Amino acid sequence: MAVRMIPELVSRPHVFCPGCGHGIINRLIAEVIEEFGYQKKMVLTLGVGCSCNMNDNWSCDVLQTAHGRAAASATGVKVAKPELLSISYQGDGDAYVIGLAETLNAAYRNTPITVFIVNNNNFAMTGGQMSWTTMPGQVTATSPQGRDPKKTGFPIKVPEIIAGFEGVAYVARGSVHSVKEIHRLKKYIRNAIEAQINGEGYSMVEILAPCPTNWKLDVKKSIQWMEEEVVPYFKLGELRERSPR
Amino acid sequence: MKKMWKGNHAIAEAAMRAGCLFYAGYPITPQTEVGEYLSARMPELGRTFLQAENEMSAVYMIFGAYACGMRSMTSSSGPGFSLKQEGIGYLCANNLPAVLVNVQRWGPGLGSLDSSQTDYLRDTRGGGNGDYRVIVLAPNSIQETIDLIYNAWDLAEKYRNPVEILSEGSLGQMMEAVEFPEFKTREEDLGWTWDGTGRDHKKLESSAKPAATKAKIALMTENEQRWESFQTEDAEYIIVAFGLPSRSAKNAIKQMRARGEKVGLIRPISVWPFPYKAFEQAAAASPNLKGFISVESTDAGQLVEDVVIAAKKAKLGMLPVYGLFSGQHIPKSKEVIEFYEKVKDGTEKEVF
Repeated sequence: MAVRMIPELVSRPHVFCPGCGHGIINRLIAEVIEEFGYQKKMVLTLGVGCSCNMNDNWSCDVLQTAHGRAAASATGVKVAKPELLSISYQGDGDAYVIGLAETLNAAYRNTPITVFIVNNNNFAMTGGQMSWTTMPGQVTATSPQGRDPKKTGFPIKVPEIIAGFEGVAYVARGSVHSVKEIHRLKKYIRNAIEAQINGEGYSMVEILAPCPTNWKLDVKKSIQWMEEEVVPYFKLGELRERSPR
Repeated sequence: MKKMWKGNHAIAEAAMRAGCLFYAGYPITPQTEVGEYLSARMPELGRTFLQAENEMSAVYMIFGAYACGMRSMTSSSGPGFSLKQEGIGYLCANNLPAVLVNVQRWGPGLGSLDSSQTDYLRDTRGGGNGDYRVIVLAPNSIQETIDLIYNAWDLAEKYRNPVEILSEGSLGQMMEAVEFPEFKTREEDLGWTWDGTGRDHKKLESSAKPAATKAKIALMTENEQRWESFQTEDAEYIIVAFGLPSRSAKNAIKQMRARGEKVGLIRPISVWPFPYKAFEQAAAASPNLKGFISVESTDAGQLVEDVVIAAKKAKLGMLPVYGLFSGQHIPKSKEVIEFYEKVKDGTEKEVF
């Protein structure tokens, strides 16, 4: 019988809520890093939000930066240590709301870093407020009547914007709502990290993830809502494929 | 041999001599020439210049690079430096070194391009949320700017704390004859940096931070006070001025001394830590001291508050402290003399 080992990088227990998508995503990223043998040749820059929890469960060089500034900080890491993997891990509030400038501009410059952004359609750490990826009609702590796109805009699709920048190496959107998509996601993560290792340029993966705690849904209904509402809007797949070398 | 150099270009070249390997910044007058110069010079030396999308991003690029131990700097002015405050707080929270340059312009908001010292209180008090201090060095000539910046990285790494060069618009724009020191590099590993292996960064638990912050601030205060005292020994009045106003003040003092007036100067070079020791020495040496006069390019007085604190610490708290605040220009020697005469004949009211 094959034994699947928990990656050393995330062998300590995490503190994410039950049913949260971060745990799966943490594990997939850790597995890929270890498959490439980079666990002692990396700096993981964390945004502010639920990603702050990863200060405790990741055993590697973790750099906690300010809200929204992870792509800029990871840029500095890559300047100083080009031989290391420079990865940022952020949520949608961090990367797409307060940090939209830093997120877009790191991509715009084709900075050779890898950015993972977990999109769970809300500011989760602060208790479920509206984010720029909150779905139309979605009830949050700051859209109590449901998000009204006429007043607050439609959910933002940042990977689609970044995929339009010249030169970026790799852009994809994955999800953890099904086993099939988890397997696909691992491939996207592998492509993103390999693109950096090979010096191909900027790579990013947005990952759709459930947030049962703040969505006020049980896990099953959370997955169902993702299938019905979130995934049809945020189309999954590779938005910028790696160039053949 | 000395050559004529513009202040902002001298900052940039001195940074190269000091071993700065990475610069990130955003254009803003009157400091833009720092980045312009480095955009050409750094690639020449195999180093990295990055034009950032905004001031915050620039300071966080420095944050990331210095976490990995790379000698880095950013520079700005007035409102641009305001935007950097969040990141400066993060540098301090993580005990990261960095070198920051503020070529001050006048006023809050957009302000104007006039040379000034109106960022004094913000920069000497930390500027962002939380309790921290940045070592702030304020040169009054281009040669001194070069000398201070040349040692700024050593100082920043010694304390794991940012060091700021507090320049002024006119000091950035004017030219003087200067000499540069030789190129130097820091080869040794700092020991705590993010090197990819996950080693100990010697970070403190939150509960240990208040005591550590207090101890670090006390240590920097004890060790890093720098100043110039000029003719304070028998002075009845001591003028306190830093940066460009200190040049007018010194010139005024020379003229007044020629007429027999007993006036001296304390010129803080480190404005944080403030040179309390200079006041203690003056208290011992000048038994006939009647008051202090703060001469500064501010609107309503900023340096004057530190003069009061320093006088108090030197047990001279009963002496009046006057303030000549010149707003959008550098006070002229003539203005300093006229102000002194009003102080002396009792028509100028003390600030404290």
